[in-house]
Amino acid sequence: MKIISTQEHQAASKNGVLELANDVDPRTLDLSGVTRIDLQFPAFTDGRAYSQAFLLRRRLDFAGELRATGDVLIDQLVQMKRTGFDVAVLKDGVDASAAQRQLDRYAGFYQGSAVETQPHFAKAAS
Amino acid sequence: MYQYTEFDKAFVRARAAEHRDQLERWQAGQLTDDQFRPLRLQNGWYVQRYAPMLRVAVPYGEINAAQIKVLAKIAREYDTPDAALLAEAQATQDKIAGLAPKLTTNYGHFTTRQNVQFNWIPLDKSADVMELLSTVNMHGIQTSGNCIRNTTTDELAGVAVDEVVDPRPYAELIRQWSTLHPEFAHLPRKFKIAITGATEDRAAIGWHDVGLQVIQNAAGEVGFKVLVGGGMGRTPVNGVVIREFLPWQDIMNYLEAVVRVYNRWGRRDNKYKARIKILVKAEGQRYFDEVETEFRQILEHDGAPHTLPQAELDRVKAGFVDPALNLPENTDEWLAQAEAALSIEAAKTPAFARWLTRNVRPHRNPQLRAVSLSFKRPGYAPGDATAEQLDAAAALVEKYSAGEARVSHTQNLLLPWVRLDQLHALWLEAKTLGVAQPNIGLLTDMIACPGGDYCALANARSIPTASAITERYQDLDELEDLGHIDFHISGCINSCGHHHSGHIGILGVDKDGKEWYQVTLGGSDGKDLSGAATPGKVVGPSFSSFEVPDVIEAILDTYKQLRVSTGNGKQEAFIETLRRVGHDPFKAAANAARHPAEEQTA
Repeated sequence: MKIISTQEHQAASKNGVLELANDVDPRTLDLSGVTRIDLQFPAFTDGRAYSQAFLLRRRLDFAGELRATGDVLIDQLVQMKRTGFDVAVLKDGVDASAAQRQLDRYAGFYQGSAVETQPHFAKAAS
Repeated sequence: MYQYTEFDKAFVRARAAEHRDQLERWQAGQLTDDQFRPLRLQNGWYVQRYAPMLRVAVPYGEINAAQIKVLAKIAREYDTPDAALLAEAQATQDKIAGLAPKLTTNYGHFTTRQNVQFNWIPLDKSADVMELLSTVNMHGIQTSGNCIRNTTTDELAGVAVDEVVDPRPYAELIRQWSTLHPEFAHLPRKFKIAITGATEDRAAIGWHDVGLQVIQNAAGEVGFKVLVGGGMGRTPVNGVVIREFLPWQDIMNYLEAVVRVYNRWGRRDNKYKARIKILVKAEGQRYFDEVETEFRQILEHDGAPHTLPQAELDRVKAGFVDPALNLPENTDEWLAQAEAALSIEAAKTPAFARWLTRNVRPHRNPQLRAVSLSFKRPGYAPGDATAEQLDAAAALVEKYSAGEARVSHTQNLLLPWVRLDQLHALWLEAKTLGVAQPNIGLLTDMIACPGGDYCALANARSIPTASAITERYQDLDELEDLGHIDFHISGCINSCGHHHSGHIGILGVDKDGKEWYQVTLGGSDGKDLSGAATPGKVVGPSFSSFEVPDVIEAILDTYKQLRVSTGNGKQEAFIETLRRVGHDPFKAAANAARHPAEEQTA
């Protein structure tokens, strides 16, 4: 998962970018020509964008970039990665140095996710 | 009991390490209080009235002796505030009008959701405690926060005589599926699942966000009756059936649909309207339809990756085979002898006879019994166990119950594997330990939250009310005569003491900075005696803490006057009389027990 700053985020091109509020059902959208979707975390405790990301990846097979914006902190990066985000715009002032060890911490998880669709029991059995 | 694999163990250790990392970043100022709070909550760390509170998960209430010993160690070595904090807390409590019990330290508390809490561990010791817990596969994962909480079940799961299917393997599978689910870590509000596999509902499934009853259909296939939208709190609602029969293989796929639709539509603007019960009430069939559509999409489009294979169910089930008990051969002769020996002891010792009737329940293996150790006794808050008592309980569990116990919804400890011919020896030891009160199911076996002595949310204290009733009703003959009564006390509308489901419920409310108590009658948790789950009804304006014991007495006296015999020398239970005659005479008696105004502030 790539972590970028607000400056990098703002400097990036907006072509093909869709900014999606977290109360929109992504299944109602026309995604043709969209290469990046910016999903919103108005507060890090508002988890609606996780379900949006899951639906975009698994249900709509969206192959472009999913970017996490808003109140993005390092302790939610694992959840973001697993629900299908590839880029997180870290909130201003958040120290990124502790991020990587959070992403590396768990050897595996029980349930399948948007990225690794097989749950642990299926992997353990194969 | 489920045996943790290397994967499971490493997972719990990683979680403890993650908590230490978060704690240290908070201490170093890299995480703000607001950023740290939801993280620590999801490991069970609250900050309460005077000190942090830790809620340790006991998945579906199943616990072993080694785990109880570690809880004892935590109580002994960590559940200690510094002297100044304790003195300040006591001084603050002493200012509250009425009884001010001494705050106690170094104990664990069994909760209504089958977990264990500690009230005084300093937050800077929290990482050490999580590491210690991880040595016996314990943790606080998702015991708080707006996520999927610990799944609860019937305390008699796996041993009940009326069980159709043992729910524990399914509860364990749900534990695994819900643990650190990436999509459901920040739901609109907390989310609680309860599961039963018996014909009688002892798990209060109608009071949960999702209630599951494991059943068999006409073809003998196992599946779930699925209820959704139950909950207590400010607006008590009972769950409604969303699926009459869901094949067991699909449970995770279905739960995924239920929670995903809730995550999308659940209200986030008002925390009192954020539980799934409000969504289900508001949307009704529309919510059901959306769940069914989502479920079909998971099956048809996503390829249903969480469909349970038989091999996985079998693997988990293997953890729930009966423990090795070295039982003698199960012959009619052995049973007759063991029962005769019990009868002789019971005839000699009436106290033992009482205990057999009240605290010992039948087992699907006729050579065994399920025994409740009662943690409801004078001098202790309901469900409290000191470090010494936890250690001693662990020894009893080891000696008499194959090393396994259950934390019960009613805040006691249940030993599920006790031999018929060892009941008397167990009783003698339990008596010495002070946990052989023969009061299971009686008035003094009350449920109570920690309330305003400890909890930051409480509007009023629960423990002084609990102890006032406990002290007033110490006559065992009187208690027996009153019979089964679900008496539940909550210190605030969050309803941790489940007042809504009590035959008699007490709710603490705050008026003008003083403690007041609402009394409700006729609630049910869903057990056979109480009927379908339903909230109790308020008897009238709230009562002062001084009035409550007299109000309870007036209600119970009314019952004694109005009850009728049901034959065989038996009396109608309190709840049966209440249902038959209606609330009015009880209400009248309760309101007549109010004190004259000048006494209320005495």
